[in-house]
Parts: sequence; C-alpha cells; structure tokens
Amino acid sequence: MSAHEQFADDLALLALEALQGNERAMIEKHLEGCSACRRELERLRGDMALLALSASGPAPPRRSRERLLKAIAQESRAQKTTARRSSWTFLPWLATAALLLVAGFFWQQSDRLAQRVARLQDESAQQQAQLERAREIVSTLTSTDALRVTLVAAQSPPQPQGKAIYVRDRSSLIFLASDMPVLPPQKAYELWLIPTNGAPIPAGVFKPDARGSATVVEPPLPAGVEAKTFAITVEPEQGSSTPTMPIVMMGAGE
Amino acid sequence: MSEASLVWAIRSGDESAMATLYDRYSSLVYAVALRVLSDTGAAEDVLQEVFMQLWRNPTAFDSGRGNLGAWLGVITRNRAIDGLRKRRPETDIADVVVSVEPDMAGEAERSRAMEKVRGALGGMPAPQRSALEMAYFEGLTHTEIAAKTGEPLGTVKTRIRTGLQALRKAFEA
Repeated sequence: MSAHEQFADDLALLALEALQGNERAMIEKHLEGCSACRRELERLRGDMALLALSASGPAPPRRSRERLLKAIAQESRAQKTTARRSSWTFLPWLATAALLLVAGFFWQQSDRLAQRVARLQDESAQQQAQLERAREIVSTLTSTDALRVTLVAAQSPPQPQGKAIYVRDRSSLIFLASDMPVLPPQKAYELWLIPTNGAPIPAGVFKPDARGSATVVEPPLPAGVEAKTFAITVEPEQGSSTPTMPIVMMGAGE
Repeated sequence: MSEASLVWAIRSGDESAMATLYDRYSSLVYAVALRVLSDTGAAEDVLQEVFMQLWRNPTAFDSGRGNLGAWLGVITRNRAIDGLRKRRPETDIADVVVSVEPDMAGEAERSRAMEKVRGALGGMPAPQRSALEMAYFEGLTHTEIAAKTGEPLGTVKTRIRTGLQALRKAFEA
C-alpha cells in the first residue's frame, strides 16, 4: 500500500519539522491510522538526514577534541567516584537488609523446626511412657516374684473379689476387682498396702463400674515395701491417708 | 572499527572509542552546526553537547535502525536550530530514528555520499534548493519560507517534497 498522495507534501514538511498548526495536527492524526504514510515519513526523514552531508566547512578546532575528551574523562572519574562512594554508603544498608532477611528466614525456619521438634519430643515421650507402662504391667502380671492375693467377701453370693498383683522391687501394683457392692454417694473404695512393719499405705482410690468391676494400675507407692496384706476400706471420694474402719475386703500373699 | 563495535565500546565506557567516533564524525557535526548557527563558538558548543549526549546516553542510538553519521547529523541539526531559536531542546535524542541507506562509516563512503547529496542539490532549481535548505538549516516552517520568499504556500510545499525525492533518487541510482 502506498502513502496517500494528498498528504505527500505535508509528510515531507513534517520530516523536516517544517509543518505547524492545524496542518501538522491533521497529518499527525492521519498518521495514527495509516501505516503506509508512517513508512513514507520514515523514508522522508532518511532523505532529510542526507541534507547534513551537504554542509561543508572548516574542520572543528583541535581544542574541541581536547575539550571533549577531557570532559569525558572527568565525567568517567566522577561517575566512578560516585559509584564508589554510593557503594560504600549503600553497602551497610544492603548488608543490614540482607542480614535481616536471612535472619528472618532462619528465625522462621528455626521457630518452625523448634515447634516441630518439641511436638515430636512430646509424642515420643508419651509413647515411651506408654511403652514403659505396658512393659511394667506385663512384667508384673508375668513375674514369678509376684505376690498374688485374692480377696473375698465374708458372705456369698455374689462374692466380691479382688486380685492384687504386686512386685516389691519395682513398687509395681495392679489390682483387679469384681462384683464390688455399690457405694454410698460421695464414697469410694480405697486399697491399702499393709506392710510387714508400719502403718497402712494408700494404694489407690477406685469406684467400681455398673457391673461392680474396677482396676487400680500402678498407684504411687514407696519403694521396696514388703507387703503383708492388702485391704479395702470405704472412704470419701478424694481418699484418706489412713484407713477408715471397717475393712470391707482383705487378703494376704499366697 | 565497525560502527556497531564502536557503539558497543562507547556503551562499555571506552574513552578511546569516543575519540575514534569524534575523529570520524566531528567534521560533519561541526559543519552542520556552523551552517545553522553561523558562529564558530556556538557551533563548538553544539559539537561538544552532541558528543557528550552520546557518551552519557549511548543506548539512545539504535544501530539497527540507521547509521550513526546520519543520526548525528539530525541530532546536531535539531540542537543547533534549538540554539538558533534560543529554545530548550525539544527532541529527545532517543526519539530520533534515521533510516538511511548509505554507509558513512568509512572515509571513502562518507565522501561518496556527500558528493551525491551535493550533486543532487546542485542539480535542483535554485528556488527548490533554497526552500529545502531554509527548512533544514534555518529550521523555518513552510509558512515562514513562503513569507520570506513571497511564494505561495503550495509552491513551497511542493518544492520541498520534490527536493527530498530528488535526494532519494540520487542514492537509488
């Protein structure tokens, strides 16, 4: 597609920057939508540029060359100095910003890791405790050293029955009860370890379920106490430090 | 050194490349500035300003869209006319794009191109050549040229257009 003939004169004037006012505004408006005229304008500008070659005259004075090269060298040095200075002043800020970013990143990472480690440690500790407890229970139940006691009610039937399995060396005690009579309100059964010497030691408070069954597993006990008998009393719900008479069940080692 | 290598060297801050560029094009730049301004001191200032602009902003010249000599010629002409009219520079040098075929990197090529232009101008009728030169070297608008020469606007317009066409033909031949 060729340029529009009616704009040919104005395009040439525009190339030379010799067009003003409305005529310039009109051609510029036309150029917005006419690629052929835009191409022609570009060619005309090239033609116009050739006019520079028609200028002739004396060579520039030698001092012009020296002046230019001196100015360039000075500007280069100034730029280098500015760059150096700006890098010195900028560096601490850059370093601080980088450190803050890195520190922030590591702090976040470390915080996240610390939380994760803590959670894993908790879980591990719980699992370890459960494992230890299970081992002790199994060991108590299967120990050949265990003192096995059966406690029965004086009357029958149904016969309340309790079995206490106690390992003195580990102070480990498991107590299983069945057919236990229903308790009065706000009362609980309390198991007592009655040592060979000394006062009865509280060995756990329990309430039987609807079928009269109950367990006491690993109550806190002093170490290495020789058990003579085990006994059960009825106590307030929170338990007592000394047994309240009467003893409702009792038994000695087999 | 090729024009592209020269421009790259200037972009990388090579002062000696700038000296080479000056030696190659300072005569052209100075001649244009002097023709417009008719004042050696003012022409020297424009010469300095044009080369400093290129040094400060070497990416303004797009070597893929024209040759450096023609581009410097246009920059110089624009700056000199701004100086002549005592106005602030109106055109950003990065906006100046000159698509022109003749290679002016070498001394011989520049001489041939100059001969062609001068030949084309010499072959024009005096009023046409004058209109073209008034527009280019004096920065006059077609209205100002018409007022100065006392010729109709349409005539001035046509003379300028056909004058540019004649220049183009000189290089197409």
